Amino acid sequence: MPRLRDRVAASPSLTTSGAKGVPSFDEASLVAPAVAAVRGLRVSTLDGTELVHGVDLAVRPGEALGVVGESGSGKTLTCRALLGILPAGTRITGGAVLIEGQDLAHADERAWRDVRGRRLGAVFQDPASYINPAVRVGAQLEEVLRVTAGVPRRQTRERARELLDSLGLRDVDLVLRRRVGELSGGMLQRVLIAMALAADPAVLIADEATTALDVTVQAELLDLLRDLRRERGLALILVSHDLAVVSQVCERVLVFRDGAIVEGGATARVLRAPGHPYTRELLAAHAEYGLERYLRS
Amino acid sequence: MTALLEVEDLSVDLGRAPRVRVLHDVSLRVRPGEVVGVVGESGSGKTTLARAILRAVDASTGRIVVQGREVQALRGRRLRDWRRAGAAQYVFQDPLRSLDPGVRVVDSVAEGLRIAGVPRDEAAARVTAALAAVGLSDELARRRPAELSGGQRQRIAIARALAVEPRLLILDEPVSALDAASRDRVIRALIGLRDAAAGRGDDALGMLVISHDIGSLAAVSDRLVVLYRGRVVEDGLTRDVVSSPRHPYTRLLISSVPLIGVDAPDRAERTALRALVDA
Repeated sequence: MPRLRDRVAASPSLTTSGAKGVPSFDEASLVAPAVAAVRGLRVSTLDGTELVHGVDLAVRPGEALGVVGESGSGKTLTCRALLGILPAGTRITGGAVLIEGQDLAHADERAWRDVRGRRLGAVFQDPASYINPAVRVGAQLEEVLRVTAGVPRRQTRERARELLDSLGLRDVDLVLRRRVGELSGGMLQRVLIAMALAADPAVLIADEATTALDVTVQAELLDLLRDLRRERGLALILVSHDLAVVSQVCERVLVFRDGAIVEGGATARVLRAPGHPYTRELLAAHAEYGLERYLRS
Repeated sequence: MTALLEVEDLSVDLGRAPRVRVLHDVSLRVRPGEVVGVVGESGSGKTTLARAILRAVDASTGRIVVQGREVQALRGRRLRDWRRAGAAQYVFQDPLRSLDPGVRVVDSVAEGLRIAGVPRDEAAARVTAALAAVGLSDELARRRPAELSGGQRQRIAIARALAVEPRLLILDEPVSALDAASRDRVIRALIGLRDAAAGRGDDALGMLVISHDIGSLAAVSDRLVVLYRGRVVEDGLTRDVVSSPRHPYTRLLISSVPLIGVDAPDRAERTALRALVDA
């Protein structure tokens, strides 16, 4: 990628990369200022029911943070607050949303537009619903490159091609000519990741982004996320109901339950010595029913 | 031991001009007391297989025999009677769509028995037994579907299928729509059914569980059938298939599953397997 800022050199946590893609933990990243954070975040419905009860979360340059929890645990609401896209009927009732140090908890949509897409990218579970089904994906990716990343019109085609190529898509020209219905879920999610990365953001939030995909495709996308971290110094917030997915990519993990974080820390520590009964329950289910029991012996 | 379900050299073509073969000579068997998992990703043909067993699509060649009855030959009234007799019961991914939202779940569970003309007292006892088999109370069953969690609804759907005392239960993605805690409860319910069937000989319930999720299948199945691009590429004891897969696709599939505390096979190996599978 020619015009990418060279964050790799600037980010201390990127000097390490495990041979098997296992993230290594670099304490230097802990002293670096967070690129995105929420502090004491509270989210409530308009009638005053609190759904997120004072959550702290921070991700530093080049760090991969896992966020684990079930539906209704508050993990997705927290990420949506971080993106300034809380669902209708909910609002922030306390705390700060810090993007590169700037508190946007009560910012208007215009302030958010400068940040979302440019400093923060996001991909969700259902890529098809974020793409216009009637328009070729190439045209939509070019539009994002032009509007969000400010790429001059005559360069957008070439940039779109480079971007998809860098995400490991084969037959890039063919993909660019296709529409949503003509692409597999894995290809669509790569196109969405390309759109999220078009403006070279500092943070990528992937909320259940691989959940709906076949497991072999999921593995390829997790590889891709690891690469993006390493090559671009991208900070990653990986949201998943699946502790195993998070354990493969993230060096730090937060466990959400009922609108609060019940456990957090280095992934290896949490897996080895879970402190909260809920985390222990998640691990026990894996030990009892997972494929691990056939493969350990 | 007579098989409860025998699929023999089944091929299915879908679409017209051109017809596309989506299943190629698929064979598999479910015996009494056995839980057979069919794992396949999108495009594997697993949904078509389920639909063919349901008689929702026609076979181009081959046979599907349920308890000695060749179902592809059934038409019209005989097909209706066979379905109503309930020898094979089906449970689908989304129980919200299969349960009537206006009806208390206990009445949904009893519906098949009412249609079959089972006397009220006996029906009530069978409903209670079916609910207990999946770990649900009568009290819970007096609610309506919207008042239950996804996992509870899925267990209700399984109880409803069990109440008619089928010999064969076919479950299509039974846990895919559920979150972790609900998923575990449904898996526990299925393991409970499997254990209850053990040792009952020819009378035991057999189950065919179809899913893209090899993790949940490995938890509940005795045998695993791996479907890839419409073909059975592996069929064996679950333990053997998972711990020493033979076909490159099965190896790719298993090495792609995220695990906790087990080193994932490295990427180079997966890339090589993918190339082998695609070739």
